[in-house]
Amino acid sequence: MAVIGSGVLRGMVVTLRTFAETYLWGRAVLRALRVPPVDGLVTIQYPDEKQQHAERFRYFPFLVYDQTPDNLRCVACKICEQECPPACIHITMAKDAQGRPLKAHGRTFPAQFDIDVSICMSCRICVDVCPFEAIEMDNEYELSGGDRVQEMLFTKARLLKSDGYFHQIRPEEARVVDQRLAAKKAPAATTPRPPA
Amino acid sequence: MDPTTIDTAPHVERELLEVNLGPQHPSTHGVFRMQATLDGETIVKLKPVMGYLHRNHEQIGEGITYIASFPFTDRLDYFNAMSNNFGLALAIEKLGGIPVAERGEYLRAIMAELTRLVNHTAVIGFLLNDMGAFGTPLLYAFREREKILDLFEAASGSRMMCNYVRPGGVREDVPEGWLAQAKQLVDGYPRFLDEFEALLTQNEIVRQRAQRVGILPRELAISASVTGPMLRASGVNYDIRKVDGYSIYPTCSFKVPLGTVGDVYDRYYVRILEMRESVKILQQALKAVPGGPAISSKGAAISRAPRTFRPPKGDAYGRIEAPKGELGFYLVSDGSPQPYRYHIRAPSFINLTVLEDLCLGHKVGDVIIILGSVDIVLGEVDR
Repeated sequence: MAVIGSGVLRGMVVTLRTFAETYLWGRAVLRALRVPPVDGLVTIQYPDEKQQHAERFRYFPFLVYDQTPDNLRCVACKICEQECPPACIHITMAKDAQGRPLKAHGRTFPAQFDIDVSICMSCRICVDVCPFEAIEMDNEYELSGGDRVQEMLFTKARLLKSDGYFHQIRPEEARVVDQRLAAKKAPAATTPRPPA
Repeated sequence: MDPTTIDTAPHVERELLEVNLGPQHPSTHGVFRMQATLDGETIVKLKPVMGYLHRNHEQIGEGITYIASFPFTDRLDYFNAMSNNFGLALAIEKLGGIPVAERGEYLRAIMAELTRLVNHTAVIGFLLNDMGAFGTPLLYAFREREKILDLFEAASGSRMMCNYVRPGGVREDVPEGWLAQAKQLVDGYPRFLDEFEALLTQNEIVRQRAQRVGILPRELAISASVTGPMLRASGVNYDIRKVDGYSIYPTCSFKVPLGTVGDVYDRYYVRILEMRESVKILQQALKAVPGGPAISSKGAAISRAPRTFRPPKGDAYGRIEAPKGELGFYLVSDGSPQPYRYHIRAPSFINLTVLEDLCLGHKVGDVIIILGSVDIVLGEVDR
């Protein structure tokens, strides 16, 4: 049987070593005592320094456009609206006075595309189900606001971001998306036309 | 202890006192309420009150597609998102007969074992917090937990709400260099466990507080359907990884650590030993990860178009050894894209049913650590 109190003392050695590891001088002392120290400073002083997030880090979705903001990939098919688990997406297709869908760049487009980010749970299912690679996850996270209705409801204007931005925040994923888009385009271009 | 044996002078008036522990109290690990009846400081009756965090998870699951339930399972036991996903994926695979990509099988088993490290590390930290070791062990635990959460973020995009495992494998392959990082972390983990044990295992104060407190007898544990480390601390050799042999576990060699007494200390120590076994599993799995796709083609297809997945009529029960016990998902299909019935067997909830038996005769302070040793997350208890 060990001496009573030796367990507590052994525990205190651990806390003392961890204490020393959080200081430069402490690490020097530990090295002198031949105890290999680790860098005990693990806290990130948040507003002053920011954590480096992984490329896949996701927050809220955004809409991708190519070149100009009116050339967005979204065709207002409403698949994401239907599949969104907490149902936070609301889309209406742009239509003319007779109720026929309007087109821009040969595609239909949404007149209204709202995401209520106070409901959104960042699950990325909208990205998974979109057949047009039109919606992607943003990694901007400093979005606090004082008003739930005005500031937490992201409208189309706020959600639109360029393909260049997507490439900048997620180079790896954007490359895969570009490959998929190219593969989708390619067969249409190479299909031989039926003889006239 | 029989309350009548408490020594009281005849002139002292005695009456029982009812005290509410929780729901707004950090020691109840969330919004959980215990209606305790006290004789002095001794518990003579204890009634758990649940339901403060009820979010209608099962009913929501019956109104959306099978795949759309994955992000909701993250929020069941929010410490173990990866293994919750895994359980639902197994149930859906059984229901729809979906083949699994081999690499995906390895990756999600690795994730599930990392999750076990996260859970057990954190719960020991919380348990020590409950014992009054305010802050230090918990922060040591969270320092290590954070490193694993960084790995989860690199793979899935989110630290806690991972939504990563899919029927047929995992959502996407891990990024370049991830496996090497994971290997480095896993190889360094025993050093932390040694440190943690030096701090706690032989500590006289921990032993005084935890030994012979909240003993769960073997027979009661079995008859109350308790599972997980809590059951094994009472000496019952029952681990679903061994019993069912799902995923890659039959190919890994690992032991099932068992306790002898079934007290709070055994529950603590079984978790430490389980982490050491998890490290062994991880080392074997990380060495053996095969190449190839991370998800089978059928799994990828139903992830992209969840409404095309219409499993045949019937039911399936998929279960895993989650860090807290047997986590089961029961699905009934009527042939439509949405489940007809979606039920979850939550280990936190079922382990909690023996709480009164564990607490009777102990002091109020012991109730807090007994609850801490049961290891509950209210997101899973109430669903």
